[in-house]
Amino acid sequence: MSLLIFCGKASKRPWRAMLAVALLLAAAGTQAAGTRQLATGGASTIEGSAGGGIVPWASITGYPTGDEIGATAFLSRVDTGDYSLDSAGAALGLFNRIELSVARQDLDLITLGPALGLPGAHLRQHVVGVKLRLFGDVIYTDWPQVSLGVQYKKNRDFLIPSVVGATDDSDVDIYLSATKVFLAGVGNFNAFINGTARYTRANETGLLGFGGPGGNGRKLQAEVSGGLLFSRHFAVGAEYRMKSGSLPGLPEDDWRDVFVAWFPNRHVSVVLAYVDLGTIATLNDQTGWYLSLQGAF
Amino acid sequence: MRPSLIGEFLSPRSLHRLAASLLLAVSAASAAPPSDDSLYQALGAEAGVATLVDKLLDRVYADTRIAFLFAETDRTNLARLIREQFCSETGGPCAYSGRSMAESHSGMGLKEKEFDAFVEDFIVAMEDAGVPYRTQNRMLRIFAPMRADVIGK
Repeated sequence: MSLLIFCGKASKRPWRAMLAVALLLAAAGTQAAGTRQLATGGASTIEGSAGGGIVPWASITGYPTGDEIGATAFLSRVDTGDYSLDSAGAALGLFNRIELSVARQDLDLITLGPALGLPGAHLRQHVVGVKLRLFGDVIYTDWPQVSLGVQYKKNRDFLIPSVVGATDDSDVDIYLSATKVFLAGVGNFNAFINGTARYTRANETGLLGFGGPGGNGRKLQAEVSGGLLFSRHFAVGAEYRMKSGSLPGLPEDDWRDVFVAWFPNRHVSVVLAYVDLGTIATLNDQTGWYLSLQGAF
Repeated sequence: MRPSLIGEFLSPRSLHRLAASLLLAVSAASAAPPSDDSLYQALGAEAGVATLVDKLLDRVYADTRIAFLFAETDRTNLARLIREQFCSETGGPCAYSGRSMAESHSGMGLKEKEFDAFVEDFIVAMEDAGVPYRTQNRMLRIFAPMRADVIGK
């Protein structure tokens, strides 16, 4: 808990906070973090659920087996020049069955803020997630691991979203994920693939609120990710997340990225990605870098 | 007039045939042990398997998470059975003389965390023994599905 508060407070200076988390983890040393195999908990998405960076997996966060409890905390930043999004959060994995997560997001409107006469404007959002593993295991069963999740999202700066037409400042995303690792699957490297179907009415994942003139109902969006483990400690992959939104004046693009993930041990993981977020709120060609640090306990 | 290619492909009979051949391919991939001995050779044949099993049991008997499970087990006999199993499962010229995985683990009530601890020891033992990463993955592909036979029995 104290770590969560620490992460939240530190989100204004994520790099220093990341370093602090890394040092904490190094100090934690050999403390148990569950027994599941390395990388099976994935990383932490920007919305706090275990997965890649933008697409959740069916995996339960951290490394707890059915006999254990695990926890993770994360910090991430994506920076496109016009925008930067800081996310911080924590999650609890219970008996490889249930995942509870919280995340806070802070989007800095670097370019739009001054243009709108609102220098220093930010859009913040809180996300609370629950994920239930329905069946399967990412590596040990022939069929995929399948999980059902919900993300309750609460926009904390609804003025701008309401002005551009969003109808609600909070809503729930519902998603179903299937994740499978194919041992020796591609050229005898372990390969992983994940598919997620998300039922959502979020605009730009909720940072621009929910619903609007384009429709108030939820829409089904497909999200996929996959990659290869080039060693026990390194994974390379890509993600794709469909988006639509309900603000006709601010059409959204699908998001995609390519990433490298490093899992030096069960306590720390680092993800570096190059992202292409397309057009966000009238600003074209939002490409940039994403860095995420996760600690597991 | 001949039906279109797509129509032919989608006809109930060809779908049936497709399903049948897919099923065959899947069962062939998951059932029979490999008919070639490339994995056995990649492990270093008899000497390589012996080294690997030694390193595995060194780890397991020193691992406080699971060593107690083997307290009553004769290590020499266990090593022989695992060598036989590794050899036969990887296409080597051996027969496995032990009981099935399900039989030999029944009554133990193995926990998931104990199984995963063993898998971790196995992976580190393969690293210790100099087994290349991609060969390690082939081994894991063979043995991972056995989890269902050994846990909670």
